[in-house]
Amino acid sequence: MSDIVQSLEGLLERLHIDVGLRPILSLVILLAAVFAVICAALWGAVRARWISRNTAAFWIFVSPWIVGFLLFTGGPMVYSLVLSFTNWNLIDPAKFIGIANYKEALSDPDLGQAIKVTLTYAVVSVPLQTVLSLAVALLMNVKVRGIHVFRTIWYLPSLVTGVAQAVLFIWVFNPSYGLANGLLRLFGIEGPKWLFDAHWALATVVIMSLWTVGGNMIIYLAGLQDISKDLYEAAELDGANRWRLLWNITIPQVSPVIFFNVVTGLIYAMQTFTQGYVVTHNGGGPADSLLFYVLYLYQNAFSFFRMGYASALAWIFFVMIMVLTALVFRGSAFWVYYESQRPRERRRRVHVG
Amino acid sequence: MSASAKAPTVKAPTVKAPTAKGAGGPRREPLGGRILAVTLLVVGSIGFVYPFLWMIATALRTPEGVSHGGVSLWPIQWRWSNFTDGLGSFPFWAYLRNSLLSTIVPVVAVVFSSSLVGFAFARIRARGSGVLFAIVLSTLLLPQEVTIVPQFILFKNLDMIDTLWPIIVPTFFGSAFFIFLYRQFYLRLPEAMTDAALIDGAGWFRIWFSIYLPLSRPIIIATAVLQFMSYWNNFFQAAIYLTTDRWKTLPLALAGFQSVNGTNTPLLMATALVVTFPCVLLFFIAQRHIIGGISFTGSK
Repeated sequence: MSDIVQSLEGLLERLHIDVGLRPILSLVILLAAVFAVICAALWGAVRARWISRNTAAFWIFVSPWIVGFLLFTGGPMVYSLVLSFTNWNLIDPAKFIGIANYKEALSDPDLGQAIKVTLTYAVVSVPLQTVLSLAVALLMNVKVRGIHVFRTIWYLPSLVTGVAQAVLFIWVFNPSYGLANGLLRLFGIEGPKWLFDAHWALATVVIMSLWTVGGNMIIYLAGLQDISKDLYEAAELDGANRWRLLWNITIPQVSPVIFFNVVTGLIYAMQTFTQGYVVTHNGGGPADSLLFYVLYLYQNAFSFFRMGYASALAWIFFVMIMVLTALVFRGSAFWVYYESQRPRERRRRVHVG
Repeated sequence: MSASAKAPTVKAPTVKAPTAKGAGGPRREPLGGRILAVTLLVVGSIGFVYPFLWMIATALRTPEGVSHGGVSLWPIQWRWSNFTDGLGSFPFWAYLRNSLLSTIVPVVAVVFSSSLVGFAFARIRARGSGVLFAIVLSTLLLPQEVTIVPQFILFKNLDMIDTLWPIIVPTFFGSAFFIFLYRQFYLRLPEAMTDAALIDGAGWFRIWFSIYLPLSRPIIIATAVLQFMSYWNNFFQAAIYLTTDRWKTLPLALAGFQSVNGTNTPLLMATALVVTFPCVLLFFIAQRHIIGGISFTGSK
């Protein structure tokens, strides 16, 4: 691959193309060649009547995604599996070392810490976010004037994300001049050192994550407004009180939305990187209390240049996320209610009756 | 092309801001319940917006003012020069240009490519379409961090380290999530349009470009805004690929600023505010579409 690019760039150099443009032009030439091959193959298949014209059109239309998938997702997945059995620092040739990377991972105390930090964060922050955003959405579903203003205010913090949010909260939780401890001081309490205290740092990041529940809140609000009024009216005629309405109508009706948010929220929480990186510049917080998994992977790959070990870490991460997602999917059968499954039930009941 | 004349009647039923009106939702609460809800909302709103206001107030203080300011929102000194000083302490305009380049190009690229692929999944009947769509959806569960090491090696072989290309190039191949959104959107448009155009002899590309793309305004705005916000704040990829000052983006610069000038709070807050500003501005311009887009992405 590298050789082809090198020779293409040499060719472009002879054509007096600007140095900065040579890499991208080489890539464009390569991709154009791939695309031409795909088109020719499909055209041949249509001529030979193996596939219809529509099928050929479909595959040409989706070819950008397929090429992108092979280049940036599928190919790299396979490649990183191969790399994970090697020892490579990007400079010397890669050396095959069998499962040594995975063995090392099993007894790596830093990795243990990274998994602990990441899972704790995901398992604590996702349920808290879910409860808070759903509660706020329920409040906002009440008919009062000016509800749009509230919606805007609650959503606004979601716009301060990534580095800007981390920088802001480093100062909000500054032990001496910060907002949090300033507020506690008004009540005569001396607050903890927050991000600078190994016992508090992760809890502080959880609080930070709660500040941006506005996005989820809007999703829940849309879900709540899809619930038919008839259900509530029928239940009220039967004498149900507010709690029964909430537990037996509202929650089951929005449960697919909750499920969607829990799955995406979990994956998102597992990917946390910026907070750990920014708080103690690429350090992982006090006593590694903010050593998130992705941060540890990043350090191994791009600070220590251990590409083989980082690839093994990536695969372990992949398996962890798959297991976690599978668990949530399995569990969902017990609490997620889908409207589309109802008619079958009803039919059965009629049959029995 | 008679179909496009119908365009105004084909409203996007899905991308629309949820309002308190409409069929759904619990019925009117009794007065006591409403007062309680509003009280909770007001208290919560203050709590949520306070750090944001405090950020603005801190950005206008002198360093000494920070140690006396505490929880107060009133900057005792209105120090507007923090903004010029903060921005003057690093090559702001170069970083801004890099940030804009690495955001605007991906926005345009991802909108077109995802729309094209989403259209194929929604409208062209072909063998293997269902299986392929399942594969597209399954990649949604795959975090990009898993493939970051080989991707880095790929871009290293392509000679693209320390340029914006590794951030820009992948967006030309569509994003699985947006492909899904476009497919759902196109499935709700009347299929008769496609049939009419096919009978008139239009090719699939023409049907996409002249009929479906012009009708996609709501979903284009929603996806463009989502893409803008995520790439404007993109930190992970920037931290990996951009190593020298020449191509650094604003979030990367802000992170570096935090570690160097970590003690000068007002300057830091002023810079953070400037970095956040485009997203806030965009939100107020396209609020309806953003809220609609977010609801659409979540409630399927």
